[in-house]
Amino acid sequence: MLEWFSRLADFLIVEQLGLSRDDRLGGALHFFVEDTSKIFVLLVVMIYLIALARASLRVERVRDYLAGRNRYLGYGLGSAFGAITPFCSCSSIPLFLGFTSAGIPIGITMSFLLTSPLINEVAIVLLASLLGWKFTLVYVVVGMSVGMFGGLFLDSIRAERLLQAFARKAFDNASAPAAVDNIIENSGQNDSLTLSARHRFAMDELTDILSRVWKWVFIGVGVGAALHGFVPEGWIEQHLGDGQWWSVPAAVALGIPLYANATGVIPVMESLITQGLPVGTTLAFCMSTVAASFPEFILLKQVMQWRLLAILFVLLLVSFTLVGWLFNGLSGLGFL
Amino acid sequence: MKTIQVLGSGCTKCRKTAESIERIAEQLGVEVTVTKEADPQLMMQHGVMTTPAVVIDGRLQHSGSIPHRDEIERWLQS
Repeated sequence: MLEWFSRLADFLIVEQLGLSRDDRLGGALHFFVEDTSKIFVLLVVMIYLIALARASLRVERVRDYLAGRNRYLGYGLGSAFGAITPFCSCSSIPLFLGFTSAGIPIGITMSFLLTSPLINEVAIVLLASLLGWKFTLVYVVVGMSVGMFGGLFLDSIRAERLLQAFARKAFDNASAPAAVDNIIENSGQNDSLTLSARHRFAMDELTDILSRVWKWVFIGVGVGAALHGFVPEGWIEQHLGDGQWWSVPAAVALGIPLYANATGVIPVMESLITQGLPVGTTLAFCMSTVAASFPEFILLKQVMQWRLLAILFVLLLVSFTLVGWLFNGLSGLGFL
Repeated sequence: MKTIQVLGSGCTKCRKTAESIERIAEQLGVEVTVTKEADPQLMMQHGVMTTPAVVIDGRLQHSGSIPHRDEIERWLQS
């Protein structure tokens, strides 16, 4: 089914514009048309269907479910809910406080918040269509593991001591607030959603997500296409290939402060991998751009002290570097 | 006179929410004061976990998305 998009690009670029796929401009344009058309069609279909299915999953229900759970189960659940719950990163702070004031350990909350930007329906659709299901599976497992172990680590150093005073107080005096649950009942947003309510939610999600990500698709595919057409074949492999152990931590240190959406980064990943950048280095770079960004750290400053932010930064640097080395090693041994 | 607070970190959606409430209030001829609040402690007090959220005369009415026109009309006319 996906070769339609390649044929569309053949038609537009080769037949209409008369360019060859083998020269630079033709190759880059072909890549651009094929990938953007494929991505948009898949996104529209998948976002709508997934939103329809999960219309009744709200963060308030996740909180009530996670509160009082077994701690070790909690990291896995926190990370799993982070992956599947519809949630915009602009709500990070109220969500953090909502979980914290319900007595959920900081580590479990952070498992949720770390996994959430890494894994979502848009990322999965893009990965599966551009890099295949095997890579997607690896990505999901790695993303969730980073979330879980990150959370476990933060609780083991008792990260709650390093929150801002008011957030610490909220954690210590934890009780479950009920205000939002009331309005959910009033507006009929509970378990038994009618099909038309689900459709309305799904359409809202679709327009909301598309209006946020469309430019990232163009930027990401554009950068990918430029890499594809204009970086000399073999240059990346030669300069950033397997032999250079330092390229992984360097890529991660570069990626963490950079802000990019998963939507923009995945097409770049595809291009980097086909250009010969090792899989682990690519994965490490891309996950670090998506998981954290400079503006996000500024936001978190509202609830965390500088020391905790610094710990979080180092934690991400170390875990993504380990991920990168692990996957470079595995692919060197022929596992990937 | 209704006092309406839009809670959120200042993202586009919060701005749009405040704007559409003001616009609809004007069309309906309802007097309102709309303020945008970015204080996380205020969100915590109201139990808000997803933004934008709408608080009218101290009561939380909505959270997590830009409200639809029919909802806004209902709040303003009640």
